[in-house]
Amino acid sequence: MPELLIELLSEEIPARMQERAAEDFRKLMTEGLEQAGLESEGARAFVTPRRLTLSIDELPGAAPDTREERKGPRTDAPSAAVEGFLRQAGVSLDQCVVEEDRKGSFYVAHIQRPGRATPDIVATLLPEVMRKFPWPKSMRWGSGQLRWIRPLHSVLATFDGQVIDLTIDGIRSGHVTRGHRFMAPQPIKVRRFEDYERKLRDAWVMLDGGERAETIRGEARTLAFAKGLRVVEDEGLLKETAGLVEWPVVLMGSFDKQFLSLPPEVIITSIRSHQKCFALRDPDGGLSNHYLLVSNMIARDGGKGIAAGNDRVIAARLADARFFWDQDRRTPLHDLLPKLDHVTFHAKLGSQGERVRRIEALTATIAENIGADVETARRAAQLSKADLVTGMVGEFPELQGMMGHYYAIEDGSNLAVASAVRDHYKPQGPTDMVPAAPVTLAVAIADKLDTLISFWAIEEKPTGSKDPFALRRAALGIIRLVLDNGLRLRLLSLMEWYRKRLLPSLPRGASGNFDAANLLDFFADRLKVHLRSEGARHDLIDAVFALGGQDDLTLMVKRVEALARFLDSDDGQNLLAGVRRASNILKIEEKKDGRRHDGVPDKNLLVQGEEKALASAIDRAEAQAKVAIANEDFEAAMRAIAKLRSPVDAFFDKVTVNADDPSFRENRLRLLNRIRAATLAVADFARIERT
Amino acid sequence: MTASPPDPARSFQDLILALQHYWAGQGCVILQPYDLEVGAGTFHPATTLRALGPLPWRAAYVQPSRRPKDGRYGENPNRLQHYYQFQVIMKPSPPDFQDLYLGSLAAIGIDQENHDIRFVEDDWESPTLGAWGLGWEVWCDGMEVSQFTYFQQVAGIDCAPVSGELTYGLERLAMFVQGIDNVFDLNFNGGSSNDRVTYAQVFKQAEEEYSRYNFEQADTRMLKRHFDDAEEECRTLLLKGGMVLPAYDQCIKASHLFNLLDARGVISVTERQAYILRIRELAKACGVAWLETAGGGAGGLAARGNG
Repeated sequence: MPELLIELLSEEIPARMQERAAEDFRKLMTEGLEQAGLESEGARAFVTPRRLTLSIDELPGAAPDTREERKGPRTDAPSAAVEGFLRQAGVSLDQCVVEEDRKGSFYVAHIQRPGRATPDIVATLLPEVMRKFPWPKSMRWGSGQLRWIRPLHSVLATFDGQVIDLTIDGIRSGHVTRGHRFMAPQPIKVRRFEDYERKLRDAWVMLDGGERAETIRGEARTLAFAKGLRVVEDEGLLKETAGLVEWPVVLMGSFDKQFLSLPPEVIITSIRSHQKCFALRDPDGGLSNHYLLVSNMIARDGGKGIAAGNDRVIAARLADARFFWDQDRRTPLHDLLPKLDHVTFHAKLGSQGERVRRIEALTATIAENIGADVETARRAAQLSKADLVTGMVGEFPELQGMMGHYYAIEDGSNLAVASAVRDHYKPQGPTDMVPAAPVTLAVAIADKLDTLISFWAIEEKPTGSKDPFALRRAALGIIRLVLDNGLRLRLLSLMEWYRKRLLPSLPRGASGNFDAANLLDFFADRLKVHLRSEGARHDLIDAVFALGGQDDLTLMVKRVEALARFLDSDDGQNLLAGVRRASNILKIEEKKDGRRHDGVPDKNLLVQGEEKALASAIDRAEAQAKVAIANEDFEAAMRAIAKLRSPVDAFFDKVTVNADDPSFRENRLRLLNRIRAATLAVADFARIERT
Repeated sequence: MTASPPDPARSFQDLILALQHYWAGQGCVILQPYDLEVGAGTFHPATTLRALGPLPWRAAYVQPSRRPKDGRYGENPNRLQHYYQFQVIMKPSPPDFQDLYLGSLAAIGIDQENHDIRFVEDDWESPTLGAWGLGWEVWCDGMEVSQFTYFQQVAGIDCAPVSGELTYGLERLAMFVQGIDNVFDLNFNGGSSNDRVTYAQVFKQAEEEYSRYNFEQADTRMLKRHFDDAEEECRTLLLKGGMVLPAYDQCIKASHLFNLLDARGVISVTERQAYILRIRELAKACGVAWLETAGGGAGGLAARGNG
């Protein structure tokens, strides 16, 4: 089958949008073709800084023919009506048949439409797709009306080697493209993809972004290796640089060794974020004064001039960084605190200064709870956001925390404080490292909990895919901080403490609406997601969460884990079987009676040996389980309840629950209800799906 | 010295002459700097106002630009509170605007076979002018040498047709073509030995004095008062009518006064936003009024309406 090739050549497409654009282009085109009746095979999209390309290996030459039958007027209708119908349907009278119904005979037009030719379909579809293309931001240029990411220069469109004729915003399609902007700017004629890809390669354009990235990776490693250095790998940067060039050429540059006295994070960030260069490490792990840049040119002088130019810019950037470093170190972090009062955190939540004071108070409370040194934690919390007003963080926001750490050390703060300032933003994502130092934990939890409670108080909760303040991440952060460190925190009591002590200090209008139970539910949802991603059974999670009122994350997880382990054992099977027998009949009878059987069983109504035995077995099991739960030994509690298996079996063998005497029946149901109630101290067994 | 063709690698002023010569050849009117303090060449009415309305327009000019906050007392090799921008505006943006731009780099001696020229995403926005556009910063061997923008909105008004705007940072570009690391070492006039005038000789004292003024001494109460005055005058002139350009001057003044206040660090975050908004409102009002004038194409539109 014939192939389709489309290339949209434009001015430079931002690197960050390229991958998505290629995917959107492929999807929108193939979907549009399919709607028009064309199944495509082997559709691939490519993107470079200047072109968006779609290649479809196989596409039919035309859409399938369609047939339609359309009912017309009665055969005795006035001829004007019949003619009107024929005209509308586009058929002649001999293309109609006469059919009969109860009212008489009428015409039916048999309209046969040949499927549209593929080039026609593409000529209509492509402009449509372009006009509604989901660029994150698009623009107009010149006097035109089309919106595209940047000015569009040409449209190449061929089907089976022939040009598909179309015009969009004054640009007429053809079979001509151009190579590399500087190395091969002359026009190139192409008919087919194979041809296209090869000629572009000859014209210094590597069409495939993945290939460009791998080329950069390979060349970077080779160059580094030759100097005995190692690349500071950075996938994001790799992708970005691959999106900035059509023909990657990696070059090595260097800067004055004196800059190596700057913190390595500052050097890496500075050359990465401004210059999009890769840092290198010496064999001993320290930063090298060499770096790698990715150019788009095979220069005649072998890249000497390009490297020299980059060296100059990097030197200026590092000089700037050193200016901030020197400048910032003149003022102790503590002296910057008043400045935070002038930095808005959120219009409804006041300044960063106010926020820091809340975090400090909350940190102290949490520190007490988790056994961290309260005064140290307080100091760390106080300084935690001070670096936001330093010159360096103003220039490189991604260095927040890190700079605070360096500056705190410069000021003579102890390591616990400095580490807390650096790490209290952690963990930032599901794979980020979780700190363990007690002081850091106190600040990290306080920072996130303050964010959650305060945004809850102004009703800025995440909805659907919208979570502009990263509240889900904050909650997950707390969950990981607590679980990974086995911390015992009562979230509800912390929230209540916050409500009393800090909520009133929030700006007007933000203090009244905090719904702690709702925030706790949010935590429970995040915890479920987290546990599931860790591979826990969702029914076991549900069984524990259904208990309600749980606000100790570590304890909740302990219950889930104990449940999973215990159910794997023989005792677990016994427990489940016994409890199920009791619950099943309870459920049936409750439904009949429309009420529960919660009351205490009357000892005097226990007549048969088996029910007496069961009653005393429950007494024993309850007492043992209670002690075990007080010790948070959930397995022991379940083991105790599991011992009910044989008395339960005996009970069901010999005792008729639905006795004729309603008082016996009621009493026996109450007995069974005690079994269920006893298990509810551990989990809601009704939610467990399988054994 | 005898006159010879400009050699941008030799002197700062030759760089300016070469750019003017090149863009004159592309049909631009070569204007002189606007005679008010501005933060960027974009503020020149030849860009801000001329970008609005239907009339074609091509202009190029040098604009001394003042960024009080960027002063470093003449101690930083790259940062200045006063520097030169070279500004080009073409309306409508021509289809070969990128090529024309690259031609200008060739005209100042940047050999494109030995340098790495890149168009790196950089969307431009001026909150005070209510303006934004899409484009790039242009890199030459990793150095940003120009800003390249297709205006989408100016003064809150959609641009149709769209103007293409180029802004060259002249000192940086000169440092690049002269191969120099410190702006103050630039050869300004192209002379050698005793005849050589450096950038430092021309501007270093000014950098020191203005840094002192901008950061330490500017009378903030007076600046605030002048800001209020400029704002009021702008509105008054617009109300009286027939004085869009004088009114826009007041908007420019307000903007510079704000920059000074900002450098003095007396504007809080919330105030900052409020000041920016006040300037933007002035810019918008000027833009709307400009469209009613001949320069804004009002006559042309009316003529078309009648015909």
